[in-house]
Amino acid sequence: MKIEVRGLDAYFRSTHALRSVSLGVPANTVLAIIGPSGCGKSTFVRCINRMHELVPGARQTGQIFVDGKDLHARGVDPVDLRRRVGMVFQRPNPFPTMSIYDNVVAGLRLNGIGGDHAELVEKSLRQAALWDEVKDRLHTSALSLSGGQQQRLCIARALAIGPEVMLMDEPASALDPIATAKIEELIRELRQQLTIVIVTHNMQQAARVSDHTAFFYMGELIEHGETEQIFTNPREPRTEDYVTGKFG
Amino acid sequence: MKRRRLVNHLMTALCGFGLLLALIPLGSILWLVISRGAPALNLDFFTQLPAPVGETGGGVGNAILGTLSMVGIGCILGVPVGVGAGVFLAERGNGRTGDAVRFTAEVLSGVPSIVVGIVAYGLVVLPMHRFSALAGGVALAVLMIPALARSTEELVRLVPGSLREASLALGVPQWRTSLRVVLRTALGGIVTAVLLSIARAAGETAPLLFTALNNQYWNFKADQPTASLTVQIYNYAVSPYQDWHQKAWGAALVLLLLVGALSLIAKALARNRFGTAR
Amino acid sequence: MTKVHTDKSYDKELDELRAKLLTLGGKVENEIALSMRALAERDSKVAEEVLDADREVNRLEVIVDETCRRLLALRQPAASDLRLITTALKVVVDLERIGDLAVNIAQRAIDLNQSPPLRPVHDLQKLAELCQKQLRAALDSFVDGDAARAETVIKDDDLVDALYHNLFNELLGLMMEDSRNIRRANSLMFVAKHLERLGDHATNVAEMVIYMVRGTDVRHPHSRGLK
Repeated sequence: MKIEVRGLDAYFRSTHALRSVSLGVPANTVLAIIGPSGCGKSTFVRCINRMHELVPGARQTGQIFVDGKDLHARGVDPVDLRRRVGMVFQRPNPFPTMSIYDNVVAGLRLNGIGGDHAELVEKSLRQAALWDEVKDRLHTSALSLSGGQQQRLCIARALAIGPEVMLMDEPASALDPIATAKIEELIRELRQQLTIVIVTHNMQQAARVSDHTAFFYMGELIEHGETEQIFTNPREPRTEDYVTGKFG
Repeated sequence: MKRRRLVNHLMTALCGFGLLLALIPLGSILWLVISRGAPALNLDFFTQLPAPVGETGGGVGNAILGTLSMVGIGCILGVPVGVGAGVFLAERGNGRTGDAVRFTAEVLSGVPSIVVGIVAYGLVVLPMHRFSALAGGVALAVLMIPALARSTEELVRLVPGSLREASLALGVPQWRTSLRVVLRTALGGIVTAVLLSIARAAGETAPLLFTALNNQYWNFKADQPTASLTVQIYNYAVSPYQDWHQKAWGAALVLLLLVGALSLIAKALARNRFGTAR
Repeated sequence: MTKVHTDKSYDKELDELRAKLLTLGGKVENEIALSMRALAERDSKVAEEVLDADREVNRLEVIVDETCRRLLALRQPAASDLRLITTALKVVVDLERIGDLAVNIAQRAIDLNQSPPLRPVHDLQKLAELCQKQLRAALDSFVDGDAARAETVIKDDDLVDALYHNLFNELLGLMMEDSRNIRRANSLMFVAKHLERLGDHATNVAEMVIYMVRGTDVRHPHSRGLK
């Protein structure tokens, strides 16, 4: 297991956001997390790169292992962790003051690693399937790109620091269907090199891109299994109700 | 239907009238300063020392230099503190300390500028046993800090949280994120805020009376009394000499141009606040 | 299933699909009953009715297909809904085939009615009854979502096969007895074969019902290396 979560509980002040969640993600697979709004999906992925603890009043108990190492063990620096566990957010968030090129290498530059990164920029942009669209305007503003391109730029930016795990928090929810399809194709490509956890509101998207699916409801992990099983023959009635649209 | 249109026109007319009313004093000030001040302007006015009473010619060169140097000192002292406090308030200012700092800034910005002058007098002039450009600069810095802190806080808070998250998720430590992403993104706005506070400081007279005093000669030292446009205007204006009145108008015009230019630059910068790279 | 879809029109469409499939099943049952009556009572008019009835069955098959396609395209069904629709798509083929078999039997009846009756073959009536029972049970298991009942249908197919073999031998005996029997006995042999096929289709329906209810595919365990 690349990621192993054991008895994870997460809180926002008095809100119990995650209740005793345990699951594993094998290396080079895609785990999709589905569930209604406020079910703890985002909180769950934010625990994996320790972004959750940055929110005032947030805390968590339980263990998360990446490559068998406890994230909360003494001596684990969350900053180092985040270089190994990349993240892509719901809305494309390129740095507005930087060019396309600078955005890709932002992870290095902001950490004070200077120098010429032309090769890395090309490699990352190619991995993010954006190279051909931007190679002639690398030094123009990142904001000149379309929403879908911006999101792929954000993926390139996350790839440039060489992560092993990629967390995606609804990466296509602000994009049109074609841009969404490109992101989904990209996710399947990236699985060759990375382990991916993707949060999505779009069940068809989860069905299309993931190997395993986890259904969260009210902070609990209700069911976790192979995606095909979850969508054709869920074991839990609540999963059944959710994937068939019988909720609320 | 007809009535609604009528009311609409009436209200529009009222608003226009209000605008006109507000513009009258502004326009008359501009007109007065330009019409009276323009005849006084010539090259000597910018480059020469003030002439003694009775002599013609001379200028306010030393006062222009004094104002620029004291505003410069004020910036060097005030901008880092003001901007730093603003960043602190925005990034970490949600607790008690933040409230205390914010309250202090609030009070400080409400303090009359003459009081600030007296404070600088007590703080700098008395221990140094002399009036100085440094004391004037300190007074101006104290005036700049609260406004700068509040506007910096607002500007930093305007930077979308998603950018902060993006940076943190790239494994960038918090302090670097604050400095190189958040502050960098808000920079355009902060520069605007700094320019506006400079413009405001340049127009202050009261705090300089007790601190920089005045000087009839060129002064290039920070620990010496220094002339400034505002104090010079004051001195000339209260004098009984017609020629000095003329010079006061000229100096007022120079000050107006200086402040106006700063405001225009600030506006131009503000327009492309989220300006593109390079 | 007490819970309803958040979008109630989706429920309505699924209910419509179920209803259409049941109508189709009822019509097919009727076809079989008519064709067997045509054979037993030597009534060619009844046989003609079967041919008419089958046109209605064919029409319904197309409608069920369309309904399924529409649901798949517009609703992106998942889980039990998906299983219902895929089941419907497959079951409708079996039911239509059963209708065709009924038509074949009816045609044999018309043919046989041209000649004097053969000595009554009791097992044929028994086989027909058993196959009708199997079809009824398969359709009921679909309506009730009753996988246990569907399992019984699958198990009882052995009875159908056994009976068919007996009948086959009996008819073979008739042929050997007197060569003038051959043509008629051969026709009856076809009827028996059609009934046996009908039983197989009922079994297919039952297998799909088990998939629909439990989500497990019980077909061809040996070919798939199961068990």
